[in-house]
Amino acid sequence: MAFGPFLLLALMEGLVTAAVLALAASGLALVFGVMRVVNVAHGEFFMLGAVIAWFVASLIPGPAWMAFAAALVVAPLAVAALAALADALVLKRLNYDPEATIVATIGLLYMLQQAALTVYGPDARPVAAPFDLRLQLPWFGYSGYKLFVIAAAAVVLAGIWALMTHTRAGLVMRATQVDRDVARAFGIDVDRVYMGTFALGAGLAALAGVLIVPITQAHYLMGGDPLLLSFIVVIIGGLGSLRGTLVAALVIGLSDGVISMFFSPTLAKILATLLVALVLVFRPQGLFGTRT
Amino acid sequence: MLEVRALTAGYGPVTVLRGVDFDARAGEVTCLMGRNGAGKTTLLKAIMGLVETAEGTIRLSGIDLHDLPAHRRPGHGLAWVPQGRRLFGPLTVAENLEVGGLLHGHRREVREHVLTLFPRLRERLAQPAATLSGGEQQMLAIGRALCLEPKVLLLDEPTEGLQPSMIALIRDAVLRLKAEGVAVVLVEQRVDAVLKMADRVAFMAHGRVEEMVEARKLEHGARQFLDYVGV
Ligand SMILES: Nc1ncnc2c1ncn2[C@@H]1O[C@H](COP(=O)(O)OP(=O)(O)OP(=O)(O)O)[C@@H](O)[C@H]1O
Ligand SMILES: [Mg+2]
Repeated sequence: MAFGPFLLLALMEGLVTAAVLALAASGLALVFGVMRVVNVAHGEFFMLGAVIAWFVASLIPGPAWMAFAAALVVAPLAVAALAALADALVLKRLNYDPEATIVATIGLLYMLQQAALTVYGPDARPVAAPFDLRLQLPWFGYSGYKLFVIAAAAVVLAGIWALMTHTRAGLVMRATQVDRDVARAFGIDVDRVYMGTFALGAGLAALAGVLIVPITQAHYLMGGDPLLLSFIVVIIGGLGSLRGTLVAALVIGLSDGVISMFFSPTLAKILATLLVALVLVFRPQGLFGTRT
Repeated sequence: MLEVRALTAGYGPVTVLRGVDFDARAGEVTCLMGRNGAGKTTLLKAIMGLVETAEGTIRLSGIDLHDLPAHRRPGHGLAWVPQGRRLFGPLTVAENLEVGGLLHGHRREVREHVLTLFPRLRERLAQPAATLSGGEQQMLAIGRALCLEPKVLLLDEPTEGLQPSMIALIRDAVLRLKAEGVAVVLVEQRVDAVLKMADRVAFMAHGRVEEMVEARKLEHGARQFLDYVGV
């Protein structure tokens, strides 16, 4: 195979990574942006999405696409509900103190991980892809499901962007993000906004988990990598900036695809880490962030 | 209209207000004066429900606000223009006004009313609030509060750092609101501005309103100005 097709394949793989990463990281960015909460348990919401997808898929008989469609709806909603509960029981009581919530979400991380280990077990289990199409290019065949992942992520992210910029809910979230006391003085119920934001952020991570599970299988420890990569993306993009998060996810995803293909996955991780270090030193507010 | 009695409040262990008695009447401008740190801003925040009150009552048209969380208070006719403006900076001018109008379903004629009062905002509707000049920002802060169609408007040093023409504009707006029957509470440090606008003046010191005086009984160099503001 010539260089061109190789590069195309690498870019396509990179796009899949970028799509899943953008979903997970935008959830993290949203929660940090609006609530100033660094959610260390974010990766576990991703894992729960995948694990719940497996449960749903194994419980629902019938064709794979039906089981998967059900998982696509049920898992993010269930995880969002769980996050809302965690918000009410833990974060709200800490008054969303930036430091206390870091410790609390570390605790949540272990609880969710151990719960998954207990209920789901230590094995990695696959979920069948909803369909078995292959896109046949002149040089190689490509999984139609992976293209679906890219398209689905793009649609959801466009929806989130529209929500934030063109709806009342988005306006309320952005106002709360800027100044929660003044938001209150205009009738905004900040507690409800926070609960909704935390649920939405968790739901996005879970959705990313569902989308990835036909490609990588569900495992109770699968939350670590996405957490780390989401943080990398959010730091590079600018804490709390949705646009920056999307751009950074594309950069990290595509370069991961290309470098992994032509050199090694380890080098890709090293370079991503180096990029974070450079951003932290030379532009600590991130590429798209504003200094506060 | 607004009635504060024996209000004690502060920030956690720090008590700032120690038994404040204060009231504001419909169609009047009540000015609040006092040295830096006297507790003027804290009093307005307490009325808005943004600092915890330990003792005392705050009533609005006879309704006790004590058990109302902050976000339920504007619905009863309270609006606040915070010190330092505190606009939603990254949001556009139009969006800031929209937040102001959230409770009333963002009614068109209310927004028109605000834009007639401050025409300069109309030219800048699509601009992020943070990019406005200081005077324009203050107009927007007031306009945003007016979108609530308040019965009681709390203004915390709205003329701070503004040039005379801008101050005159804000004074006109305040007097117009007064004529419309709004109870205006105005924190203001400059004596001439107070003498031009106020019906009554409350002087704060040591976390209390020490004196409440009819403005027509005051003049430049009055004892109260010397005692409580130092000018
Ligand atoms: N968030 C806070 N936490 C703790 N103490 C505070 C806080 N805000 C204000 N204070 C204290 O409360 C006291 C009153 O402050 P406040 O802002 O109400 O004064 P002010 O009369 O508005 O002063 P200025 O004229 O400077 O605006 C001050 O001693 C201040 O240090
Ligand atoms: Mg003040």
